Amino acid sequence: MSIPLPAMSNMLRDASGGFSWRGALRGLMTGVGYPAIGILVLLAVWWLGGWLIASNPATESFADFAPGPAFARLADLLGNGQVLEPVASSLYRIGLGLLWAVVVGVPVGVAIGLNAALREISHVPFQFLRMISPLAWMPIAVLAFATWDSAIVFLVTVAAVWPVLFSTAQGVRRIDPMWFKVAKNLGAGGGHMLRRIILPAIGQDIFAGIRLAVGVAWIVLVPAEYLGVTSGLGYAINDARDTLEYDTLAAMVVVIGVIGFVLDGICVQLIKRFSWHQQD
Amino acid sequence: MSVHLSIDYITHTFKGQPVPTLEDIELKIGSGEQIALIGRSGCGKSTLLHMLAGLLMPSQGCVRMRGRQVTKPSAKWNMMFQKPSLYPWMSVRQNASLGLDFAGQKDPERVERLLNMVGLADKADTNVQSLSGGQHQRVALARSLATSPELLLLDEPFSALDAFTRAALQDEVSTIAREQGLTLVMVTHDIEEAVAMADRVLIMAANPGRIVGEMTVNLGAPRDRASPDFSRQREALMRQFETLVGGGHEPPPKGNGSTESNSPQRQAA
Ligand SMILES: Nc1ncnc2c1ncn2[C@@H]1O[C@H](COP(=O)(O)OP(=O)(O)OP(=O)(O)O)[C@@H](O)[C@H]1O
Ligand SMILES: [Mg+2]
Repeated sequence: MSIPLPAMSNMLRDASGGFSWRGALRGLMTGVGYPAIGILVLLAVWWLGGWLIASNPATESFADFAPGPAFARLADLLGNGQVLEPVASSLYRIGLGLLWAVVVGVPVGVAIGLNAALREISHVPFQFLRMISPLAWMPIAVLAFATWDSAIVFLVTVAAVWPVLFSTAQGVRRIDPMWFKVAKNLGAGGGHMLRRIILPAIGQDIFAGIRLAVGVAWIVLVPAEYLGVTSGLGYAINDARDTLEYDTLAAMVVVIGVIGFVLDGICVQLIKRFSWHQQD
Repeated sequence: MSVHLSIDYITHTFKGQPVPTLEDIELKIGSGEQIALIGRSGCGKSTLLHMLAGLLMPSQGCVRMRGRQVTKPSAKWNMMFQKPSLYPWMSVRQNASLGLDFAGQKDPERVERLLNMVGLADKADTNVQSLSGGQHQRVALARSLATSPELLLLDEPFSALDAFTRAALQDEVSTIAREQGLTLVMVTHDIEEAVAMADRVLIMAANPGRIVGEMTVNLGAPRDRASPDFSRQREALMRQFETLVGGGHEPPPKGNGSTESNSPQRQAA
């Protein structure tokens, strides 16, 4: 929600370089005002939902879903550190799942990006597999892996690998063919080509794929943690439901949303870091 | 003058093409010679140059560098393309050093000297995306020279530049080549460029691509484009080109040029 200082100071100046109130207002709105309005609308809808639930006798017992009790509970959980354990478990699983997705997705993506025959061969199988919900793999994962933990990591990997793979392949296909020719002409071997030309050229595509992957992986992770394991945010939510602690449940939902938001922000920074397009 | 490069009866047919793109090309180029290859669009100039660079293997015949058959690119020769194709994530210096990196060598002083020579020493650490078109081509030149090649192959490397930048770069490359004893083979559309840079101009005709004539350029160095001698040579080349290849839009049918190719006209040196 912060905007970089140079951008801010540019907005504060009009064309003649002097200070302009209209520019300052516009700068403040785009930097702080609009996101704040978005957050307020979200809270208002939540609050309204809570109020409707509380005022209906049939749903009264769920009133703790409302923002008030949820944030009070969240403050408790943060204060006593109880939020750390589920967050750490979930982050560990998603981290490992993403790592596998990159380890598999990037090399396969580079290969099908470079080789037309491989691309044709893999097209139908990959599109077919991609369309299967990662959660549909659950029974197989449970059979194939000794622990629930590794089964969940597998599900996250299955969800995350496709965006990484396809984004990598697309990046490779967009590489200017002259870059290969020039490198070859300068005596590049296969290793040089990969490390000095291909990977730097597609860095941003890889991270754009990882950004999409983080999104789907985070969505798959929570329902995957409903099953078997006794740790993680999904487990915490399921547990809160079973024990009727709806304020804890809502607080965990907030935690999930915030972490997702932060992970996405990190990915955006990485995309920028690995993008070679010159910013002006 | 020892033979640097010999093209031994190259014929090449691309897959799916009914006629050969190149037919029976035979040519010897001496060490330190500066050769221009002119001809209409599509007559196979780039194809031939790619073969000299080892980027394409002919379907028949072969290219030899100092007697050894060319099968792949080498640090001993380098090709400059029409598009400089620098790597946009690298600085000027990193682009220029790339050939040395690939060869596992380090020679920062040489790279520095080359950047100085092409007038970009003060931009060494700038990202290449902020350079002009002419500066791009200068970086490409430094990059080509970094591995100390003996032969430079140029495929219309200046055609995208404005007339002034083009003339300046032509002179720069000529001077560098003469000073360092480089052999130069350049492809061009531009008769003036050929006269400005070459010792010997080869004229190619299309369908199939073949060499139909040649002309020696009798000018010293540096060359003054405004001199009467220069104009005379340019006119002579123009006239010869039009006689051999024709001024019309249709490339001449096969039989026409092939008698010429057996007896390339030579001007007295
Ligand atoms: N990879 C390829 N596959 C099939 N045909 C090709 C290929 N490359 C070139 N050709 C054909 O070979 C002929 C010669 O092409 P080349 O690029 O060598 O011409 P050129 O003389 O360099 O033309 P220009 O002056 O326009 O650059 C053209 O007719 C072209 O269509
Ligand atoms: Mg060409």
